Amino acid sequence: MAATTTEVVRRNLRRQGVDWRGVVVEGALLLAMLISLGVLVLLLGRILAQGIGVLTDRGVSFVTSPMSSLPSRAGVWQGLVGSLMLMGFVVLTSFPVGIAAAVYLEEYAPDTAFTRFVTANVRNLAGVPSIVYGLLGLAIFVKGMSNFTGGLSVISGGLTIAILVLPIVVITASEALRAVPQSIREAGYGVGATKWEVVRSHVLPAAAPGILTGTVLSLARAFGETAPLILTGAVTGVFFTGSGSFADKLQGAYTSLPTIVYGWSRLPQEEFQRLTAAAIIVLLVVLLTVNSTAIWLRNRYERKW
Amino acid sequence: MIEVATAPRMVVVRPGTNPAPGLAAILTGDRHRRRRERAIAAGFRVAAAFSILVGALIILSLVEEAVSFLRAIPLGSLWSDGWFPRRGMFDLRTILAGTLIVSAIAMVVAAPLGLGAAVFLSEYASPRLRRTLKPVLETLAAVPSVVMGFFALTWISPNLVQKLMGGGSIFSMMAAGIGVGILVTPLVASIADDAMHAVPQSLREASYGLAARRRTTSLRVVVPAAVSGVVASLIVGLSRAIGETMVVAVAAGASGGSLFTLNPLGPGQTMTGAMAALATGSDQVTGDAAAFQSLFFVGLLLFGMTLVLNLVSERFVRRMRKKY
Repeated sequence: MAATTTEVVRRNLRRQGVDWRGVVVEGALLLAMLISLGVLVLLLGRILAQGIGVLTDRGVSFVTSPMSSLPSRAGVWQGLVGSLMLMGFVVLTSFPVGIAAAVYLEEYAPDTAFTRFVTANVRNLAGVPSIVYGLLGLAIFVKGMSNFTGGLSVISGGLTIAILVLPIVVITASEALRAVPQSIREAGYGVGATKWEVVRSHVLPAAAPGILTGTVLSLARAFGETAPLILTGAVTGVFFTGSGSFADKLQGAYTSLPTIVYGWSRLPQEEFQRLTAAAIIVLLVVLLTVNSTAIWLRNRYERKW
Repeated sequence: MIEVATAPRMVVVRPGTNPAPGLAAILTGDRHRRRRERAIAAGFRVAAAFSILVGALIILSLVEEAVSFLRAIPLGSLWSDGWFPRRGMFDLRTILAGTLIVSAIAMVVAAPLGLGAAVFLSEYASPRLRRTLKPVLETLAAVPSVVMGFFALTWISPNLVQKLMGGGSIFSMMAAGIGVGILVTPLVASIADDAMHAVPQSLREASYGLAARRRTTSLRVVVPAAVSGVVASLIVGLSRAIGETMVVAVAAGASGGSLFTLNPLGPGQTMTGAMAALATGSDQVTGDAAAFQSLFFVGLLLFGMTLVLNLVSERFVRRMRKKY
């Protein structure tokens, strides 16, 4: 029996029943969301359960001891120092260069083929796997410039990581600059300021919170990076920090916190599994501190135009 | 000497000049100021051009060593029984198959989870819930890959792979693939969510106006409208999965080398895993020239694959942006 259109529409509008298929779809979507988040909870819980014992037993000495082949004495101090030195390289090199490149692309660059090429190039560099940057560092810094870097050294690793995060710094700084409304710039030009004066006194201060958040997040990314470092010489085993000068240390053996995690996770002893988890806790604490600082900065200084 | 008290800060009156007749001179600025402007602009331009230098250096350093690798080895060793760089066996099938298996498993995990989470965030969650859930998802994206590798080895492998799927070895491509998938999920979710969020509200309203349900509206209207962005999210995810190194290096095993294998429950070697293995432990690259150079050859292949994927995904994103 063929229902007329009016009947079908009326029946559909009146339908009080539950749309079971809709419920299933919504349930499946919610499940996908919950699994994605649940994994994070599970991961954090597992690591905490495994590693917290080491931290409570050893206390601060786990953080302040150097590496050792004895599980009872091994600590992450060298990794922490190495990671901080790597961060130093990122802050000193990629931040100024990256922010300057972003200022050029957003404020100065005319819409030419050169500009478009640079922008596309930066976006593609951000998608290059990190281990490929490790190869770049191996070829250029470790082999090519070994007189300056000392070969497998913290200088090589630091410069490699700096180049790795450079495109991320450029992209996030560009976004922050783009968010500054044109009227702010026009106000500067209106009182006779030059381009650089407008950028320095108006645009950069207005974009500073966004730039800061982006750079801090890229710092967090650099902090957790491992693959390029194992190619540029971060040591996975035991080594001794020499007593030489600071310059000697810069050219000497080094390691980083994630590299220690990698090295220990490959050791078969049960004790080292727990040490790995404890080192991960230290790593995650630093990372979450950095990340939440970034989010706090964003919330504190973010301006809606 | 004239002091112009009322002049704005920017007007620089130098001793010995008379600004009054030279209004035009004030507006163009003095030579010193113009020169400074040019110097600063040039400095910024150099910083931007540096990124091109980086791109060129990557390609140069990879190509140079890769070419000398191909010259140094008999080409037949690219097609042998396995990937054992120490013994001069550089079977490309082994590491290509490993990479494909691991990234396929990763996408089987990441595509439904990521897209499901994206549809939920964009179409079902209230704005408040979305504001809380998105940062949590971004935190998951910030978990370092070496941490995920440890999790894959110590939890995914014994609990999921060995117990549920009956895998024998603690190291397996399956465990690594699931770990990579979890790592890629927030990336897929974030890009797909952005794309669906950008679909104009009017399309949804038109759909509801035709008495469509929310399920029909999200799956038949919003997702198709955002399909370019959804595809782009999957391609970016795949590119990231192919280049992921540390999860594979920790959890997939086969650090010394691997025979050609298609068994996902056993250990295997991916392109990235092979590179990490060459750089660490007993497999130190220093000394053996061909093994060292094979690193760059594999790196060049990896760079090419991810570059193609990134370019394709960019094309999709641009199409999405043009539409709305």
